[in-house]
Amino acid sequence: MSENKGVWVFSDVHDLTLEMLGKGRELADKLQMELAAVLIGAAVQGKADELTKYGADKVYMVENPALERVQIEPYLSVLHELVTIYKPEIMLIGSTKNGKPLAARLATRLDVGCVPDCARLSLDEQRRIVGERITYGGNAVAKIALKTKPQIATVPARAFEKPQPKERNGQIVKPDVKIEMSRTETVETKPLETSSVRIEDAQVIVSCGRGLQKNEDKVLLDELAGVLCGQVGCSRPLAEDRKWFSEWVGLSGHKVKPKLYVACGISGVIQHVAGIRDAKVIVAINKDEQAPIFEIADYGVVGDLYQILPALKEAIKLQLH
Amino acid sequence: MRRIIVCLKQAVDVSQLKVDPATGQLITATAPRKMSDFDKNALEEAIRLKEKLGDAEILTVTVSSEDAKAVLREALAMGADKAYIVNDPNVKDVDTSGTALVLAEAIRKIGEYGLVLCGETSLDSFSGLVGSRLAELLDLPQITSVKKMSIEGDAVMAERTLENANETVRAKLPCLVSVTHEINQPRIPSLMNIMKASKKEIVSWTVADLGVQQDKLVSKLELVEVLAPKTERKKIKITGESVQEIAGKLAKALIQEGVVGR
Repeated sequence: MSENKGVWVFSDVHDLTLEMLGKGRELADKLQMELAAVLIGAAVQGKADELTKYGADKVYMVENPALERVQIEPYLSVLHELVTIYKPEIMLIGSTKNGKPLAARLATRLDVGCVPDCARLSLDEQRRIVGERITYGGNAVAKIALKTKPQIATVPARAFEKPQPKERNGQIVKPDVKIEMSRTETVETKPLETSSVRIEDAQVIVSCGRGLQKNEDKVLLDELAGVLCGQVGCSRPLAEDRKWFSEWVGLSGHKVKPKLYVACGISGVIQHVAGIRDAKVIVAINKDEQAPIFEIADYGVVGDLYQILPALKEAIKLQLH
Repeated sequence: MRRIIVCLKQAVDVSQLKVDPATGQLITATAPRKMSDFDKNALEEAIRLKEKLGDAEILTVTVSSEDAKAVLREALAMGADKAYIVNDPNVKDVDTSGTALVLAEAIRKIGEYGLVLCGETSLDSFSGLVGSRLAELLDLPQITSVKKMSIEGDAVMAERTLENANETVRAKLPCLVSVTHEINQPRIPSLMNIMKASKKEIVSWTVADLGVQQDKLVSKLELVEVLAPKTERKKIKITGESVQEIAGKLAKALIQEGVVGR
């Protein structure tokens, strides 16, 4: 029998840790195991109680000035030592820009497998976790189990709901671990200009594709987004080829999960669709009746976005008041 | 300078995948292959670095159970100096740990290098783990999600975008860098370069040539099943006599869905 025990979660993005605690609690209860969160940083003590409230039975906390920045060697050495000492059965790591390489290197250092970017997680009859992930550019969903322990999976932001916080008792463990020095030096950190909410957090997204003829015409989207209290986005060609936007929605860009996604002049190639599949309602507006976007839309309008968008804006204003 | 190693995957061209109408399964075995997009960005970046530095040598490394000559020829035509392939049926079902292991051993066999460049993730499997696993096996400092980079003396300076910040990071060579799409626009090789490339060398190894034992290549993952993505959408077409009528109907539907207004 395996000596590994416990479900662990770790992310360098706090909200993602809380989301994983929700899923982690469910898995831990089914497996009748303990749920633990790993908390690493320079000054993180204040977050420990919150992790308990969101479901952690135990918080493994390593606080050290050397952990101020998320860098590979120091974080990896801490994670590796904790996992080696306490031997969790399951380790969920937030699939962030820093979390993903940490997960990959931890799995390599432990000589185990890793299933990346699991949008869903379940347990099979052998009580192993099975991760579901998008593959083949959005053409398929693969269900993958792990044959090695600890079972390491990475979890993208917003895959799981944050649980309701409750007053509960948890234990804080402060292991004394060795911290490796970073071999990279962070020369500069500039917070991203956040003119508004990040697109992944937007509840409503009005997005445009190649059907938009001129950069200035973005104003049409801005205006509709304005009445919908939403954000403007785009498909890859508008960012990569035309440089009208700095980022895009899609498998290689941002995966979004809004209540409403309005795709204007977007043909709907599979890579784009893979980035919006979790939207609650998708509206497609396109001149081309054959555009694949209509196949994955809840509401489709065959027509010219230059006419539809202003009319839709007025109609919504009118009906909301 | 020294040698730049670029890891190249021959990937399934996901834009040309077809579904078997009888089984509903994706037909991947016979689907067209191509150089994985992000890896092409990595190769392009290597070529640009070489153009700036002068005396660099670009070596590409590919691990594949299939023939990948067309991809390697394309890499050589773009500007790589020499292509290595570990071509072995034994790597057919490896997971990212096996791919990284074989890459690491191939790179060790190649010898000295200053920089290893990878694409952030692959076009088909989209795991994004191999670069990091390789850095761990080669014990290299690593910079991921790089959208701009330069070599300054004995170090790499790179810009990367995180969830909430842009970072500039410096790492001493040798190191491993994984790049995103944003870093460059890969070139299309000229006819002249395509012809020249046919004279460049392709070195082919097997797993045994690298001294990698079979049991090390056993996958640590179990593929339970591959499903077609679910699309449970309403697919309601909104039509009307005028733009205003259509807009009115759409607005009403969205308000009823509860996705408009607070």
